[in-house]
Amino acid sequence: MNFLESNIKEVWKFFVSVKLTIFLLLSIAGTSIVGTLIPQNASPEDYVRAFGEFKYRIFEVFDIYDMYHSWWFYLLIIMLTINIIVCSIDRLSATWKIIFNKNPSFKASQFRELANREKFIEKRSFDQLLKIYEPIVRKTFGYTRMEETSTGFCIFAEKFRWTRFGVYIVHLSVVLLLLGSLIGSIFGFDGYVNIPEGESVDQVRINNADKTYPLGFQIRCDDFDVSFYDTGAPKEYRSRLTIVENGKSVLEKDIIVNDPLRYKGVNIFQSSYGPLPAKEVTVKFTVTESNVAYEKKVMIGQPVDLPEGLGTFLLKEYQPSANLGGTDLGEAFVGILNTEPGKSQEIILPIQFPNFDKMRKDRIFISVEKHQEKYYTGLQVTGDPGVWVVYAGFILMIAGCIITFFMSHQRICVEVARKGQASTVTVAGKANKNTFGMQQTITKITRQLTESGDQPG
Amino acid sequence: MDSSHVLSVVTFVYGLAAVLYVASLIFKREMPGIAASITTLLGIIGNTAGIGLRWWESHQQGIGHAPLSNLYESLVFFALTIAVIYMVVERKYKNRLIGAFVTPLAFLAMAYASLSPNMNDRIMPLLPALKSNWLIAHVMACFIGYAAFALAFGISIIFLIKLRKDTNGDSILARLPAPAMLNELNYQLIMFGFLFLTVGIITGAVWANSAWGRYWGWDPKETWSLITWVMYAVLLHAKMMKGWDGKRIAYLSMLGFIAVLITYFGVNYLPGLHSYGSQ
Ligand code: HEM
Repeated sequence: MNFLESNIKEVWKFFVSVKLTIFLLLSIAGTSIVGTLIPQNASPEDYVRAFGEFKYRIFEVFDIYDMYHSWWFYLLIIMLTINIIVCSIDRLSATWKIIFNKNPSFKASQFRELANREKFIEKRSFDQLLKIYEPIVRKTFGYTRMEETSTGFCIFAEKFRWTRFGVYIVHLSVVLLLLGSLIGSIFGFDGYVNIPEGESVDQVRINNADKTYPLGFQIRCDDFDVSFYDTGAPKEYRSRLTIVENGKSVLEKDIIVNDPLRYKGVNIFQSSYGPLPAKEVTVKFTVTESNVAYEKKVMIGQPVDLPEGLGTFLLKEYQPSANLGGTDLGEAFVGILNTEPGKSQEIILPIQFPNFDKMRKDRIFISVEKHQEKYYTGLQVTGDPGVWVVYAGFILMIAGCIITFFMSHQRICVEVARKGQASTVTVAGKANKNTFGMQQTITKITRQLTESGDQPG
Repeated sequence: MDSSHVLSVVTFVYGLAAVLYVASLIFKREMPGIAASITTLLGIIGNTAGIGLRWWESHQQGIGHAPLSNLYESLVFFALTIAVIYMVVERKYKNRLIGAFVTPLAFLAMAYASLSPNMNDRIMPLLPALKSNWLIAHVMACFIGYAAFALAFGISIIFLIKLRKDTNGDSILARLPAPAMLNELNYQLIMFGFLFLTVGIITGAVWANSAWGRYWGWDPKETWSLITWVMYAVLLHAKMMKGWDGKRIAYLSMLGFIAVLITYFGVNYLPGLHSYGSQ
């Protein structure tokens, strides 16, 4: 054996080890706890505040702040993957031989000492039994074989050989999950974008990175609606989206949370929303003395003259929730009022309280009459070519667990021994696991064999 | 009488069942045991009726949804699954005495739901993210799994107590099932629970993918469910491959259940997307 070969053998031996599996699984579980105690992906300032400068530096060396994507966490997962694959290859050939054996070996002596057994006396003639028994056994078991013994005969039978593959299915599913997530993290993207109603975008911002991702088509938001329950809790967010490709609308769909739009491998999810400032606002100016009101359409950022030559007014900005001395006034506009040269003041015009500005007790008070409510929709936009690999893994894992836990390769031996006029029948069985299920099968077969005598014929 | 009332009555029915099981164990009589089984059955009927009623009430309020949407409702469902799985085990293994260690868990879950002062038992409308059939499958599967692990936890305790002082045949403990049987039962329940936890995590991932476009995000609750899954996977491998048995498996089973409790309750004190905790 040369040097390389012996090295490979050493490495192989290292990975063919359930101790290693247990060690790796416990390491993954243990380190994962850390990530649930220390919030992930927060800002450096937050961490320094929480831990101080020194601890912060140490934690940073080990990527504690994004630990599920750190090199050492990946290393654990890669080791686990190799561990599963190597173990499976190591054992597969033995399992394969059992499953695809055309001529499985049975020996009556193997079954004589088993705990799982039932015994009864059969009064029918020995020759009759020979004909009756085998079809009954064959009904429940796929493979049967008859053999003569010194005192009578044996029927060997077995079923569910293939369930020995269950473990490999589970382990394959684990590998698929890891592979699928790897594909996703290399070729996928995870971004977000805000689209004002009526507008379109053709790229999205990538989460946790200062990058954009071009989509290759446009998403247009035609409409956004939010509805509320009586309690004020949100009931539904709904965006009407249109996919525009090469200037043509190709797909239109209303999306809500839990019902995304999918197009060319890009998934678009409803995620958030927000109000947008209206561009044009109808403002009412009331002159206090005469109580005459004037309505005027005002554009944000463009100053207008006040009626009766009282000065000028500029609508400065929209605020989704204006705050005055700690009180939330809700949606409001902020304006700048110039009644005398050189003297300007900022005033708040809450939409819900039209008389709010009256409290200033000035010669003129102002309220916002009408503004067109507009929203932007916040979309989560992702692409993950690995997701189907992961889903395949999900299905295999559930199937594999059911097979591994609740099914087994069952082998039985029905031994009939002549004893005077009658015969003693022993039904014994063994399974590679789940002995309880084996016992049930034996009881069932025994009942079928005894009851077969009760029927006429 | 509304569903909350029905369910608070059920709390005391489970409490009574627990007392009867313990009485049967201590006084070595059959009668309280039979009464305990009947009481548990009544509790299950009331519990089911309460959940059904709550479902109906939510439809009356025009916000109809399966009653699996907050901590209160999940605890009520948890208690039901514990009681049902226990009754199945009782029938299959023909032993009533395990009930003394298991029905208190159903009682505790219900008592926490019904009696805790800061528990919100009002029917709340569903937030947009929770409107998904995957979510219903997810919650049901998880809690069936948790309930099986809860039973395994109770059985591990009996097992350890029995090992410690299984001496004279006359003691109370001698009437509990033999250690070998407890060991087997523990293992069966863990396999059953593991399957459902697996299905629960998977349906949760599919739900997350349909709501947020990612099947796994390492949020604390997800991570803890994975930690729990890994702990039980370690247990299964230790048993299947290394032939671990008895004491060590019982300890691992208890440790696993502690992970379940952290996944269920503890995580509420950590930041994350799962809204159950924050109510
Ligand atoms: C993270 C996940 C897992 C890892 C890393 C892992 C790893 C391993 C390894 C290395 C072995 C020994 C080698 C072999 O027999 O192939 C093994 C055996 C086994 N595993 Fe897993 N496993 C995992 C998940 C599971 C799950 C979820 C199940 C549940 C169904 C399972 C069931 C088994 C069984 C039944 C065996 C014994 C195989 C035999 O008797 O030949 N494994 N596992």
